[in-house]
Amino acid sequence: MDLDALIGCLGSSACVVTQTTSGLIIGMLLFLVAVGLTLIFGVLKIVNFSHGAFYMFGAYFALTGYQLTGSFVVALLFGAIGAALIGLIFERVFISRVYGRDVLMQLLVCYAFVLIFDDTVKLIWGAEFKSMGMPEAFQVPPWFIAGGVVPPFYILLISVALAVAALLGIGLARSRLGKVIRAAAHNPDMVSALGINTALIYGSVFALGCALAGLAGALAAPVRSMTPGMGFSVLIESFIVTVIGGMGSILGALIGALLIGLIRSFGSLGFPLFTDGLMYLFMVIVLVARPTGLFGKDVA
Amino acid sequence: MISERGRVPVEEGKMTKTGKPGINRRTTLALMGAGAFTVASPWVARAQAKTIKIGMPTILSGRVAQLGTSSRNAVMLEVEKVNAAGGLAGRQIEMVVRDSKGQPQEAARIARELVNTDGCEIILDGEASSGSFAVHEVARDIGVLCIHTCSEASSLTADPKQHIPNAFRCVRQGIHDSIAGGSYAANIAKAKGLKKWATCSPDYAYGRDTTAEFVTYLKHFAPDVEIISENWPKLFQPDYTETVTKILQAKPQALYSALWGGDLTSYIDQANIYAMFTQMEVFAVNMADYTALTVVKNLPKGIHSGNRYIKTYPATAENAAWGDAYKAKYKEYPTNWSWQNATAVMFLSEAAKKANSTDGKKLAEVLTGLTIKCPFGADGTVTMRGEDRTLVGYAIGWGTTIPNEPYVPEVKSGDWKQIFALEAEWKKSKGYT
Repeated sequence: MDLDALIGCLGSSACVVTQTTSGLIIGMLLFLVAVGLTLIFGVLKIVNFSHGAFYMFGAYFALTGYQLTGSFVVALLFGAIGAALIGLIFERVFISRVYGRDVLMQLLVCYAFVLIFDDTVKLIWGAEFKSMGMPEAFQVPPWFIAGGVVPPFYILLISVALAVAALLGIGLARSRLGKVIRAAAHNPDMVSALGINTALIYGSVFALGCALAGLAGALAAPVRSMTPGMGFSVLIESFIVTVIGGMGSILGALIGALLIGLIRSFGSLGFPLFTDGLMYLFMVIVLVARPTGLFGKDVA
Repeated sequence: MISERGRVPVEEGKMTKTGKPGINRRTTLALMGAGAFTVASPWVARAQAKTIKIGMPTILSGRVAQLGTSSRNAVMLEVEKVNAAGGLAGRQIEMVVRDSKGQPQEAARIARELVNTDGCEIILDGEASSGSFAVHEVARDIGVLCIHTCSEASSLTADPKQHIPNAFRCVRQGIHDSIAGGSYAANIAKAKGLKKWATCSPDYAYGRDTTAEFVTYLKHFAPDVEIISENWPKLFQPDYTETVTKILQAKPQALYSALWGGDLTSYIDQANIYAMFTQMEVFAVNMADYTALTVVKNLPKGIHSGNRYIKTYPATAENAAWGDAYKAKYKEYPTNWSWQNATAVMFLSEAAKKANSTDGKKLAEVLTGLTIKCPFGADGTVTMRGEDRTLVGYAIGWGTTIPNEPYVPEVKSGDWKQIFALEAEWKKSKGYT
């Protein structure tokens, strides 16, 4: 424990800016993965234990897109669309068969596909780790804001994640499609009776959740090495975020991800050997105080 | 154990009918004992087979599969040469390579199976440290000749409790790297006035031990050095942002890291965008390996690293030719594990020539203290030191990186006399001698 370092940081604007930005970066990538997870659970009532694999697919598709075109925008599209397509096929062919089944069956199916997806990546891209490298536009010195260090690439990353959060929030609340999705989450039989194709809705929501995880993977690709199985560690933290925020809540995923990011960022200063422990401790406190999570009732 | 007393009666037993007049009770018991020994030690019965099977548990799947694959590749490259030259004492080598998935209990199971079921007479242990200790116990138990080819944990051969006559280690050692690295880093620290240091290494035995040893010798050579920030990210952690910013807050003048592989490349990519490498000197012991050098797209100039494997160090035609031959065959560069595995096969080949036998005990006797010509030797040779059956005399040094080939243009060699002297002190301090 190094409380002096933490208190010293809080007294320095430079440190506060750097660590807050650091927390936002960690949190926003987590949010993109967790929001897909929570969206799928909220509508389909499926706990997608294979969600980390779509983060992995997003990173690898982005790598391929970047290698083919040299454009990071294309890489992002490759990552999101590639993960969405695989997600759609996965949902239609396999996941749709376990709707309404117990969690154990869902877990078994998802875990089997985690292994299959990891091996698929190994076959296509190889077992060795890969690195995309920073796009040329972002190979620039970091910005200094109030003395704190802020890399321009991370500003992009945070902006994209915030834009996604806003689009999702507004889209689900105000668009017709959003209303249909919320209705399907609440009473799928009634929605189906109204002549709406619920299978299409379910497939679309699953694909959207996978696209968000894929986008997170694509955004992380320039700064994180890629290996088969890379989705696992992200999945664990995403579950923590989802549990803290409340299963099914998009706002909960956002707040939960930001809190975890800040806990990691500032916790590494004050509690360098207990940073992971702090995350779990916080999750336990939230669950004890509010078993449904911070925003558990706000089901999308 | 492989013994003449155990083997000879087995061969005689084929021609002798026990219980006939002329064979007394003692001989009968000896024959029965030999029979039981043969059942328990099948490699003895197979010792006269035309081919000799060598078993190799290594890591062929998972996060470090590339290292295991490169180990297998290097072994196969050398085995082909040995077989083309007539084999191991006239016997063609057949490699049996199995995937342990990096799990120690699986490595031990496979090692036992390779000997007892597949009939392997020698084990090349291509495991990381945790698996190597498990395989070592199998070698202790069944007495098969075993050469560890990947574990850098110093205690594997430094600790006398680990000494068994049939096990050798053909690998660089953490303590050697730390002494050479500490000496190199101290010279830079003195020249540039680097007194405030930070460390960032993976939070498991290798990371902690290697870092502690490096710091010990850095302070030994430069007593003014102070460690102001220690950072222990998890192994395979995807994001290092909080560690990077924490180190930036501490404002050290230099950073030491024992991160490796994909973790190291992630760290470099993430630290790069904070311009960390312009703010401090960075010493990353595992940087100068092609697995990392060729993957990092924006490799910063001036990272100090220990040599792992690069074809330009030692700067000899033999080493360059070996690196090129490997790349031509496998379309990628070798790794640190590659040269160690290749060296193990070279040792076996030379030992078999000297012993004119593939008998495990005879090979072990010859291997002890054996010096061979080797492209990876500091002076063109390497030695299997007799006192602890471990590799010494290999090329060891540190240099700074550049973004393109040859990646580390100049390497300052470590001084083996200094390494031996300090290693002896270290062993004494640990109670090993």
